[in-house]
Amino acid sequence: MAGEKNAPEPARFAHEELPDHPDALEQRIGREARGRLRAARIGVAGAGGLGSNIAVMLARSGVGELVIADFDVVDESNLNRQHYFRHDLGRPKVEALADQLEAIGSGTRVQAHRARVTAGNAREFFGGCDVVCEAFDDPEAKALLAEQLLTVAGGPVLVSGNGMAGLAPADTIVTRRVGRRFYLCGDGVSDVGAGEVLFAPRVVLCAAQQALLALRIVLGIEDAPASSTAET
Amino acid sequence: MAQINGKPAPEADGQTVAELLEGMGYDRTRVACELNGEILPRAEYDAYRLAADDALEVVRFVGGG
Repeated sequence: MAGEKNAPEPARFAHEELPDHPDALEQRIGREARGRLRAARIGVAGAGGLGSNIAVMLARSGVGELVIADFDVVDESNLNRQHYFRHDLGRPKVEALADQLEAIGSGTRVQAHRARVTAGNAREFFGGCDVVCEAFDDPEAKALLAEQLLTVAGGPVLVSGNGMAGLAPADTIVTRRVGRRFYLCGDGVSDVGAGEVLFAPRVVLCAAQQALLALRIVLGIEDAPASSTAET
Repeated sequence: MAQINGKPAPEADGQTVAELLEGMGYDRTRVACELNGEILPRAEYDAYRLAADDALEVVRFVGGG
């Protein structure tokens, strides 16, 4: 039939042309910025509501490598806010998330650790990252990661999520710099431990602020140490 | 006098960081303390006594993520 000869190439073959041509992102942001993103290694500590959404945004933004750690499996109670699907139930979050990032197809490499982050492994997992987005739910785990990553010289910039429960207005979630290598995103007060419930919109708002800040640091827009090797 | 979270705190002078946190109602397992711009390891909370020229910022973490 004549119509078939003129049909466009199937979309699934398009990625094979990437090595010879700038990708769509590079055409928009230029070679230098694309190169910076490609060279970046960003940690995502925890793959729940914050972490799954952060990882998806960073992969779409063309970040070269993500280091993701989480010990948990996908549960039905996660689906109201976490970036997983019903068919993921029971799967380790880091595996389900790695599959999604692969499906996005932006070339992001994923280093996935199915493990609880402890004082014994935090620096091993995340010490070589440029930026780490802390995305745990447990406040003790948040404090532990801050201590592990910020008490050694030359470590990553830490962007912690702190307070995104409930249904307060969006503009109560803010990004604040609290140290040379330490930022907080969130409202600082809403607390799941105090009985508040997490809803997708404010979790995503907080995740977006963390992902945005990580990109700003990597691209040199934010005046922060952009590389783990750039300081002493 | 020492500054705590950006405000002068006369009661803080001479207290250990652990004593100050307890007095202010903080749970030491859920905070990060920045002393004069550097994060203070938790193992030092019991020993470090605040001096008049110290500035301490306490970040309190809340649950949810």
